[in-house]
This record gives sequence, structure tokens and C-alpha cells, in this order.
Amino acid sequence: MKAAVVVFPGTNCDSETFEALERSGFQAAYVWHDWASLEEFDLVVLPGGFSYGDYLRPGAIARFSPVMNSVEKYLSQKRGMVLGICNGFQVLLEDGLLPGAMMRNECGHFICRPVALKVENSPVFAQIKKRLILYIAHSDGRYIAPPEAIKRMEEENRILLRYEENPNGATDSIAAIANENFSVIGMMPHPERSTASYHPNLDGLEIFQAIRRWLYACRY
Amino acid sequence: MPADIESLKKLSMSLEDYGRIVEALGREPNPTELYIFSAMWSEHCGYRHSRRLIKEHLRPPGGNAGLVWIGDWGIAFKVESHNHPCAVEPFQGAATGIGGIIRDVIAMGARPIALLDSLHFSRPGSRIYEGVISGISVYGNSIGVPTVGGEVRFEPQFELNPLVNVMAVGLVKRGELRTNQARGVGNSIVLLGSKTGRDGLHGASFASRELHTEVDERPSVQVGDPFTEKKLIEATLEISRLKSLISIQDMGAAGILSSTTEMAASGGLGLDLFLDQVPLREEGMEPWEILLSESQERMAFVVEKEKEEDLRRIAEKWELDFARIGVLTSREEFRVFYGGELVASLPLSLVVNAPDLSQEMERLYPTSSKIAFWSGRVREPLLALLSHPTIASKKPVYEKYDYGVRGKTVKPPGADAAVLHLEGKKGIALTLGGNSRYTALNPREGTKAVLFEACANIISSGGRPLGVTNCLNFGNRLRGRNNC
Repeated sequence: MKAAVVVFPGTNCDSETFEALERSGFQAAYVWHDWASLEEFDLVVLPGGFSYGDYLRPGAIARFSPVMNSVEKYLSQKRGMVLGICNGFQVLLEDGLLPGAMMRNECGHFICRPVALKVENSPVFAQIKKRLILYIAHSDGRYIAPPEAIKRMEEENRILLRYEENPNGATDSIAAIANENFSVIGMMPHPERSTASYHPNLDGLEIFQAIRRWLYACRY
Repeated sequence: MPADIESLKKLSMSLEDYGRIVEALGREPNPTELYIFSAMWSEHCGYRHSRRLIKEHLRPPGGNAGLVWIGDWGIAFKVESHNHPCAVEPFQGAATGIGGIIRDVIAMGARPIALLDSLHFSRPGSRIYEGVISGISVYGNSIGVPTVGGEVRFEPQFELNPLVNVMAVGLVKRGELRTNQARGVGNSIVLLGSKTGRDGLHGASFASRELHTEVDERPSVQVGDPFTEKKLIEATLEISRLKSLISIQDMGAAGILSSTTEMAASGGLGLDLFLDQVPLREEGMEPWEILLSESQERMAFVVEKEKEEDLRRIAEKWELDFARIGVLTSREEFRVFYGGELVASLPLSLVVNAPDLSQEMERLYPTSSKIAFWSGRVREPLLALLSHPTIASKKPVYEKYDYGVRGKTVKPPGADAAVLHLEGKKGIALTLGGNSRYTALNPREGTKAVLFEACANIISSGGRPLGVTNCLNFGNRLRGRNNC
């Protein structure tokens, strides 16, 4: 399975995301932000970082990048899945591919720490049978959405991860969500930082491998 | 230019230095030339009080940072202070301090992999404390280099003069190491990065001056742009792999002036600069302003003549400004052209070799280690120690830093030393610290203790000490007792 790691100017979690994908059984490749076609990939990852310096708002400029047109085309052709991690999640929200928005953390500053996550009942992460400990590292991770949108996501099992102890003030402690047909996933924690023997744990592999199983199951 | 004491004072230049210049040139320097000397002969650029000591006691391997080898990997590391800018504008002072030290590391062709900070404040929550920590957080996090360790100490003495020392560590493959040594008459000097503005003029002479009160010195502090820095890191590392590239130098204090003259001088050559070519941020800048500007996020390169296009392509990919601003010459001469006129013409060796003032340093610092008495009680002194902010957990500080980006952090902050994964079963242990109490009481023994503690931190984290670097922060000895 092939996975693209999209690199915007200012992206900075590209190399570890690449390595984590390779460790999870994907064949990874970097894709520069002016890339036209994503057809060859089964998974497209928008990694963490500060695309375009996070100027204006995180993700607000990156959504106008040429590669985002390719992402939209990729999704309309039902070619595969798009995963946004941290800044990638923010880009997906700005682009309207996922509902809601990100606000400044309640504490007002950047937080970097390991957090415990409850894996909710969803088709994508159904086989992850344990709580996960993953790193968060963000200033703007307070997820918000209208109550009716949250309710709908809840009913459709599209809330994928929740913080056990809410670190940033996110609505309903939401840490990860999916779109209607589970072809777009956004998550604030960094699974790529928990995938190697020298990392504190291997919980990030659970995430990438669950996605790989889901892609097989969907025969993308 | 007939110089009066007032205008020399504004340039932080002594009358003795002015006399030396006139004597060496056999004429009065013109205004542009005087500005050149004011920057290059400042303590900040010229290490005038410490150069002799450095030469006597150390044999630095040359280049922009220190270097040790682990197998085929070179670990470049350097620590630098940004105390004065942080005293005046803590946020930007800290941010640009990081930007500057990172550029020292990329100038060697090394990818920055870690930052550490040694911070000395008066108390937690002070204006300077808050500003410096958020400056490190915003700039360091954005450029994607993990801040993995360091120290935070609190002493009332640091109320107005904080100490902000930043260490950057980079990784370079054997064979890809770069230096700042220029060669080849006719080769081009190229500028890459941000446009040049009036920010940070006199930064070099400013940093060499004493700060007594919170005076309004803001125009001398530069403003950082971490997004441009991140692009500059990637572009510089791409450029450093070009065959046509000869040397790299970061632009720090005294900007274009010091970076280009240092490269030419280290290659035993001269240079011509064409200031009309420099991309400018504002109109009507004087030649000396262009030369001395400390606008952030710029690098200088020497590239084989007619191979500038290789660099231009990379500059365009990363959306950075690019210009050929000079050429290496055979004469040991530094010439500056602007608007078709020759605005400065000086012997290069005179410009880059500021007169050594270290012979003035005769008096040793007083040592005053006193015997401490113990009352025999344990509980109260122990509680007092544990509640002191210097000893308390630094979690509220380091949680604001992204210590895990790049995915190589094995031991995060909070341990004796940070540990990063290198390859296979190899790792790098890093520590940074300076006990200012020990060194103030007894400089010699205190410094030994600092070195011992650093080694102990590395060893207790499973490492073997391979290399040491330092950044020494002194008060002005001419102003009496060292106030740190």
C-alpha cells in the first residue's frame, strides 16, 4: 500500500510521519505541495507542523495550496483515505472536508505532553482494544462544532478518539473525527511519535495499522 | 570624516580606536567606513577582551560550530547568548537568539536536530521570564526543531539582565560538512533569505554596551520570522549538497558586512560588494545601513562563478529572496560599491582583526568562597530548598516547547540529560547548564563544578562525554565587580 506525505512550506513532522508509515507497512513517498495527482496513493497524509507559518490561522493558507485541489479530486474519485494529523487536521477543517473548527487551547499557550485517549466505537478503529497514550503538541487544539454536528457525528460513530483528561478544552474532549464515509480522518495527537522501539510506546502503530486494515477492508 | 567625541560615542567607538584607524589608513575614514569599523571592532564581533584567552586556552577546530564524530555522523553543536536583546524585548530577543544559533549549525551543512536553553531570571512570572519562554516556544516550535533540555535558574541579580543562552545541535554526514572558507578569485557571493531592512542596526555595538535601566532601545532588537527560517533551513541544506557550492556563512551580528568579510578573509582573499543588488525591505537605505542591517533569516554563500542559477532554482522553490551581491578578488582589499560609486575601500585584514584589548585584563576576579555553617536542622532547610523555583519541576516551562518533533526524542526534558536517537542502537546525550552561584563565588572551582555536572549528567544518562562547548557571560570588568 502506498502512502503520500504531503509537505507544505512550514510542515515539520514530515520525516517522522514518513518513517512511521514505513514501519506500519506502507510504502511512503513525499509529495510537494504543488503536486497535481495523488491517484497512485492509497492513503494521503497531511502531517503536523506550521504550514505557511500558521499565519492568519493554522491551516488557513495551506487550504489554498494546489495539492488541496488534488486532495479534493482524490476524494471525489473515491480513490483512498486522507489523514490529517495536528496541523493536517487544521487544514482539513479549514478546507471544509471535516466539520467544525480549531480554537486556541483553553490555557492560551502551546502544550506538549503525552495524553491518554479513549478509543471510541467506530468502524475504522474498531479493532483497537485498548486506551492509547500519544503525544499532543499544539497551540490550537480546542475542537469546536455546533451541538447538532456533534450529535450527528456521535450517532454515526464518527468521533474516533476522546481525551481522558481534556488538555485543551475541546468540545466533549474530542481528539479525532471522521467524515460521513470515513474517507477523511483528522486527529490532534501525533501517532507517528509512538511507533519506534526508542519511543515511549508503540501506540501510534495501532492507529496506522487500523487504517491499513480499514483500507484493505474497503478495497480502495 | 572629522570625528567628534559625540558621534564616536553614538557608534560606541573609542577615541583610541579612531586614532588607530586613521593611523593604519593614513587618512580619515569616510562615514561608511567608520560605520564598518564601529561594527567589526565591537566587542560582539571582535571578541576584543577575550580573543587572546581563547587562543591561548583552546584550539577550536574552526568553522561556525564545534564538531564531534559518532561513526559517520558529525554532531555540530554551539551555544550562544542573547542576553541584551532579551533584556529589552524578551519575546523577540529569545526568538531571534534561536534563529541565529540555528543558522550557525546549518552553515556547516548540518540539519538542526535539537535546541537546549540555559535561562537565568529573577523570578518565575516576571515580564522577562514570560516573554523569553514564549519567544522560545513560538520560534522553536515553528521551525520544527525540538527543544529537549537545558535549565532555568532564579536569582534576584538577573532582574534587569537575564541570561539567555541557547544551544543548537545539528547532524551532518561525513563528506557533507561545509565550512565558511571561501576560495577562487572571481567566484560569486550570494545572499539568500529575507529582504534587508533597517532592523537591528547597531545590534553588534549595542550588544557590547551595558544596560542599566529599561531604556527605550527597541529599534536595535531584530524581529524574527520562524516561517522564513524554516524555509531557509531546508533551502540551505539543499544548497549545501550542490557541487558548485564553496562555502556558507550565517548572517548574524553586523549582517552582510561580517558574514561576507569573514568568508573572504578566511580564504585569504579580498572582496567587492555591490549593495545595489541587495533586495531591500524599505526605500532610501544608506550603504552603511545595508551593510550593518541585522535583518533576520538570511544566509551568505560563495558559489562557483556562473553557477548561481543552481542556487536560484532552490531559492525559488522555497520562495526566498536571492541575489548575487559580490565577487571574490585577489587583492586583500574590501571594496563596497553603491549607486555606481566606490563608497568604502579598506584593507580587509584591518577590518576583520579588531585591536586586541585583552592585555588590559590583569586583575583576577576576586574569589570569596566562605565556609557555610549548618544549624543541624533538616526539615526547614530542605523544604526551603525544595520550594525554591530553581529546584522545583520545570514542567510548566518545557511543556510549552515541542520536545518531540522529528520523532527522535528518547529522553524528554526533566531528566539529567536529553537523549536523542541517532541510528541503530546509537543515541546522543545532551545537556546544558551553568551554576552562576558557584562561578560567582569562585570562578575557577565553580567552572570545574559546572563541567563536572555536565559530564555527570551525560554519564548518568548512559552516555560518554565526547565534546564540550561553552558560552561565557561576564559583566563589564571595567565597570567594577562582576554583577553576576
